[in-house]
Amino acid sequence: MTRIIKYIFSDILRTKFIILYTALLFVSSIAMFQIDSDPSKVVMSLLNIVLMVIPLISIVFTTIHFYNSYEFIELMLAQPIDRKVIFLGEYLAVVSSLCISFLAGCGIPVLIHGGGAAAFTLLFCGVILTMVFVSMAFLASVLTRDKAKAIGIALLFWFYFSLIYDGFLLWFVYAFADYPLEKITLTLIALNPVDLARVIMLLQLDISALMGYTGAFYKDFFGSQFGIAISTCVLCLWTLVPFITALRIFSKKDL
Amino acid sequence: MISIKEVSKTFGKLKVLDRVSLELLRGKSYALVGPNGSGKTTLIKSILGMVIPSSGDILFDDSSIKNDWRYREKIGYMPQIGHYPENMTIGQIIDMMKHIRKNVTQFDESLIEEFKLYKMYDKRMHTLSGGTRQKVSAALAFLFNPPALILDEPTAGLDPVSVELLKNKIREEKSNGKLIIVSSHILSDLDELATHLLYLFEGQVHFNSSISSLKKETGEAKLGKAVATMIGQKQLIESLKK
Repeated sequence: MTRIIKYIFSDILRTKFIILYTALLFVSSIAMFQIDSDPSKVVMSLLNIVLMVIPLISIVFTTIHFYNSYEFIELMLAQPIDRKVIFLGEYLAVVSSLCISFLAGCGIPVLIHGGGAAAFTLLFCGVILTMVFVSMAFLASVLTRDKAKAIGIALLFWFYFSLIYDGFLLWFVYAFADYPLEKITLTLIALNPVDLARVIMLLQLDISALMGYTGAFYKDFFGSQFGIAISTCVLCLWTLVPFITALRIFSKKDL
Repeated sequence: MISIKEVSKTFGKLKVLDRVSLELLRGKSYALVGPNGSGKTTLIKSILGMVIPSSGDILFDDSSIKNDWRYREKIGYMPQIGHYPENMTIGQIIDMMKHIRKNVTQFDESLIEEFKLYKMYDKRMHTLSGGTRQKVSAALAFLFNPPALILDEPTAGLDPVSVELLKNKIREEKSNGKLIIVSSHILSDLDELATHLLYLFEGQVHFNSSISSLKKETGEAKLGKAVATMIGQKQLIESLKK
């Protein structure tokens, strides 16, 4: 298993994309610290990068990588290895390389400028969002044999969770503004990992009132610590459910 | 050694294998023959667990291969078209395979030597020609001395010298008492390599018996002509039935 991960890892590093990704994050983080002297404001700006860019890069890179390593998977399947081990190895290698490059690209500037607890929450959110979207990308990849179709599905996931879902939520809250919606809105937020990460961040920054009455209610309902713990658990579910579904499909797939 | 029991496989509406039942025994060598799209590769991939049958079961040494993977230690497989990670070198791939089958200590590196792959250990897979890839596939299939060898069109794309080297190797392993399954369209090759003929047509086994008895039945000295005569007879019988 470790050897398989090692081989995939070195293969990913050789594509140079991951180095480019690290450099991009590094440069933009440094630039933001240069522009603004208040670290907590910078963390807020970085939050937008984390919430938009990381899901997009994770999901697209993983889908492309999966199809590029089809040959490797095919070669491994004729060998005495469990299919599940191959799949898990692929997953761990991709997640760890994306997380390492995120932590290096964003974490180092944050540590240099001393972001405090909020910065660490930001890094945590980035890592967990990477895991969630890599899981989704694996699911998109095993759903179809066609590379273009899989990238389409992956992009659809990203569009849905980053843009469409928020629009829907806004419309929903607006349309039913006359009703008590707090609990329903809370449930609806849990159905979107990007929103969950945003909630964790806002609870940590103690500016949940900025999120309107849902944020205030969220804070009132859970309290900061408990709210963060619950959101983290739901995010873990968001990682596990797509991954396990993908694993199930993969172990029955014809190659 | 391998018994295939009523195996069917459908891809969508297309029925690729239709209730195939076969007994493949140790020490015998089988030629898998049939027109394009008759299900040869699907049958081979089912034995390897790469394709999962829609119904039926495959037993390897009397235990089902469903949800099992350890049995693949006993199979050397040479694919029709070798797909390899493009960024890896020949040396890395051979090294990786050795690490996967850790319990094998005695390597059979004769083909690596004969094909002179040592010289190309640092070459990346994407720089290799189709024939060289075939050589790598062949070398990997024989490397671990497995009791069963499955070769899917082994001679396609190889130069005449390499074909002879590979055929000698197959003959040698055959005399060592291994189970060998060779699929090919070049019947003259199979004539030298195989003792049994499996003729697959539209997902069904139409013929399964020894090559010598086929030659005797048809009265032909060469396998190619014998198979052609056999197919001709079958078609005649089919048209008479209609």
